[in-house]
Amino acid sequence: MLISPTALYALALLAIPLGAIVLISFWTQTGVRDFDTTLTGANYVEALSDPIYRALMFRSLRIAGLVTLVTVLAAFPIAYFVSFGVPAQKKSLWIFLITIPFWTSYLIRVFLWKVILGYNGVFNSGLKVLGVIDQPLTFLLYNANSVVITLAHAYAPFAILPIFVALEKIDRSLLEAARDLGENRVMTFLRVTLPLAAPGVIAAVLIVFIPTIGDYVTPELIGGPGGTMIANMIQAQFLRLNNAPLGAALAVLAMLIVSVIAVAFLVLGSRASGAKGTRK
Amino acid sequence: MKGLKLYAILYLIFLYAPIFLLPLFAFNSSTIIAFPLQSFTTQWFSALADIPEMHKAVLNSLRIAATSAVLATSFGIFAAMASTRYRFPAQKGLMGFIMLPLVLPEIIVAVSLLVVIVNAGFSTGAWSVIAGHTLICTPFAIAILQSAFASLDPALEEAAFDLGETPASTFRLVTLPLVMPGIISALLISFTISMDEFIIAFFLTGADPTLPVYLFSMLRFPKLLPAVMALGTLLVLASVVLLTIAEYFRRRGIKRAGAKDTGGFL
Amino acid sequence: MTQISTANRVKPTKPLIEMRDISKHYGDYHALCGITLDIHEGEFFSLLGPSGCGKTTLLRVIAGFEGIDSGAVLISHQDMARVPANKRPTNMVFQSYAIFPHLSVAQNVGFGLRKSTMSKAQKEAAVAEALEMVGLKGYGARAAHALSGGQRQRVALARALILKPKVLLLDEPLSALDRKMREQMQVELIRLQRQVGITFILVTHDQEEALVMSDRIAVMFEGEIAQCDDPEILYRRPKSKRVADFIGVMNFLPATLHSHAGTIIADVAGLGEAEIAADQCPAGIPEGDALVGFRPETLTLLYDGQTATQREAAGVISEVVYYGDMTYYDVTLVGVSKPVRISMRNVFGRDVLAVGDATRVSWSAGALVVFP
Ligand SMILES: Nc1ncnc2c1ncn2[C@@H]1O[C@H](COP(=O)(O)OP(=O)(O)OP(=O)(O)O)[C@@H](O)[C@H]1O
Ligand SMILES: [Mg+2]
Repeated sequence: MLISPTALYALALLAIPLGAIVLISFWTQTGVRDFDTTLTGANYVEALSDPIYRALMFRSLRIAGLVTLVTVLAAFPIAYFVSFGVPAQKKSLWIFLITIPFWTSYLIRVFLWKVILGYNGVFNSGLKVLGVIDQPLTFLLYNANSVVITLAHAYAPFAILPIFVALEKIDRSLLEAARDLGENRVMTFLRVTLPLAAPGVIAAVLIVFIPTIGDYVTPELIGGPGGTMIANMIQAQFLRLNNAPLGAALAVLAMLIVSVIAVAFLVLGSRASGAKGTRK
Repeated sequence: MKGLKLYAILYLIFLYAPIFLLPLFAFNSSTIIAFPLQSFTTQWFSALADIPEMHKAVLNSLRIAATSAVLATSFGIFAAMASTRYRFPAQKGLMGFIMLPLVLPEIIVAVSLLVVIVNAGFSTGAWSVIAGHTLICTPFAIAILQSAFASLDPALEEAAFDLGETPASTFRLVTLPLVMPGIISALLISFTISMDEFIIAFFLTGADPTLPVYLFSMLRFPKLLPAVMALGTLLVLASVVLLTIAEYFRRRGIKRAGAKDTGGFL
Repeated sequence: MTQISTANRVKPTKPLIEMRDISKHYGDYHALCGITLDIHEGEFFSLLGPSGCGKTTLLRVIAGFEGIDSGAVLISHQDMARVPANKRPTNMVFQSYAIFPHLSVAQNVGFGLRKSTMSKAQKEAAVAEALEMVGLKGYGARAAHALSGGQRQRVALARALILKPKVLLLDEPLSALDRKMREQMQVELIRLQRQVGITFILVTHDQEEALVMSDRIAVMFEGEIAQCDDPEILYRRPKSKRVADFIGVMNFLPATLHSHAGTIIADVAGLGEAEIAADQCPAGIPEGDALVGFRPETLTLLYDGQTATQREAAGVISEVVYYGDMTYYDVTLVGVSKPVRISMRNVFGRDVLAVGDATRVSWSAGALVVFP
């Protein structure tokens, strides 16, 4: 019964609002605060058929996918290094160092990426001083690339920590056993370490992918027209275009797509590691 | 491992690049945020003193963050105790649901709360931001407190009960002192998250902006950017101090419970 | 050996704890099935059984940490059904010791005195006395986490005894200690129990520990009490094959029973015929096939020239296990395929026999136990 206050709170502030947003997505906006509450699927038809929304949805998926891929690939060696290459008493210091940037103001971090990647930014001026380029590179800011770089930066600890935890759980004698049975380092890594780290990698993928697809600040500040994502459109529908039902429909669709992808990924992941027959 | 170490160091540079740039521009006399740097100045810091709206936003944020942190930590204590001590029907589902905001895009939390509040005829304000922040901070508090409660041997509480204490005095004399470091770090982390959160506050804050919402509006005026850098420097400094304190308490908690340190906050 | 004989102690018989037909389920798992048991005032009682048989559950039922589905627990003739753990006259030494890590040794030991009416000085004296009793004089100011395993256990003992409970409950208190320490603590626990004179109930899965320490032992299997007796009877006259197997080593041989002029005669495979006393035989099976058991030390190998003081049988040595002070021989008796184990104390100047040697075995009918 201890859980009841927390559960009630989550129910009241999460379940009811989520239910409400599903409900509203079937309404029609008639005035600033007025709705026609007859249920209609028109918002979904519009959200799915209008090429603008469709393109936005696909772009969000593509960017989130890319961010996930880049972040997890970049994170794995770090997690591996901290778990296997750092002496035990220094591990928590490394983890602490990795998590600190994550806890500093997200807005300011994003803004600084704008400063780094911009036309007269740190990167371009640095390259100019070194004589590598004469004209600033323009493909860095206000497009999907800048969004990917910034989000990969923002979600780094989310990817590193689950993989690190999974690697830490690996009984070191398993690796010695594999070596003892005649495998070299690379094969030991591929046949023992990697499969045992799989749950951490799966967790990392989900924990990066799901929130990035709904990120608002990064595309807003540095995405430019080519980098806006679905969250910006949802925000616009609610606060500027005054079409809450359509915004709600877009939000519900985004949630649905994310859930389907996440579940599919989980099933695939558990099947892949289940096939090895050792893990539950 | 040599190559990996080099990579790890480069990666850390990547992680810290924006944070290291921040003070450079905050102390730079140019009004344009770009290289090359000009001369050293502290004028942007003193300029902060003359922005009353910002002071209001800071106070508003502090109030919201403190309230949300206390609420989220209290909810976290209940849920963490329930999930580490007892098995009950639908436990997994219920806990999964409570932890959901951890992966739910914040924009969805924001719009769905907005929809309910507006349609129920309430007006938004600090209270609605607190409600939203409590919701998203609770999972973090639970994660921290769960490990604090899990490393607490249930026999300790039974021993106190066996020696004549009531359940309430057992909680006060044994449970609370042993999980206190976890509670403090849950408070600090919830506070930090709330201080930093933008999108929920943006939707729900009403007429009084929180600091991130105010900052966001400042970013549109190039003239104000050096002051933003100065403010950002102070914020980063505050975050680092808070986190160091949190980490200190977390480690002390682990040491007290006699367990082995296994890593960071998450 | 440092063992203290418990066999000739005066056995107290006033019941202190009465358990009446206790049953308990976890879901559809039957953890305790109809336990009826009396534990006497001032006795050292052990609950012995394999892992998962319900020993801890029963102990926690007595302490009040677990409820029961049916039955009753009485302490000093008072029903405990509505008495919570903090109000029962029992105290517990936990398997993990449960030393409060945030308190000092003295604060741990004095924990239960918080609500007592004693003055501060009296409390301090009580703590000092309890510490002295467990051999930790002067350790009061130490931090709890700076103690060794054996010291933690002593603190747990002092902490539980300071409230002068009627019953001290100990859940595998020695299992976390190394062998030397364990044997030392066994002796100390017996001394302590005699000194304070209260009832100790010890949970253990180590049969040797139970035999060494207890006045009486209840052997449990799968939530039921299989036998409750003093150590000597338990060892010499186990009531079932399962109890016999669990405690020490028991050889089993098939036999046929028949009664002749009011006495029971057993024809034991490989050994021959013998008269069986009534108390060696469970009631109601005087006829037909049965199983006969005997302990390894109740048979003796005869060396060349020795003559049997009792009955005699022939066999061949099939295995020799040398233990220094003892040698275990597996002997294949004539007409029995499975060898029986016989233990012999080694004597200086006498050779250990070798595998394949023919040998003679001396045995006595009094050592045999009949099982259905
Ligand atoms: N809280 C519980 N929920 C479900 N089953 C339980 C619970 N506690 C104990 N059991 C089950 O009840 C049975 C008896 O448990 P108990 O702890 O009493 O065994 P034990 O004899 O003390 O064993 P061990 O020597 O391993 O400590 C075991 O099969 C155990 O799995
Ligand atoms: Mg047990």
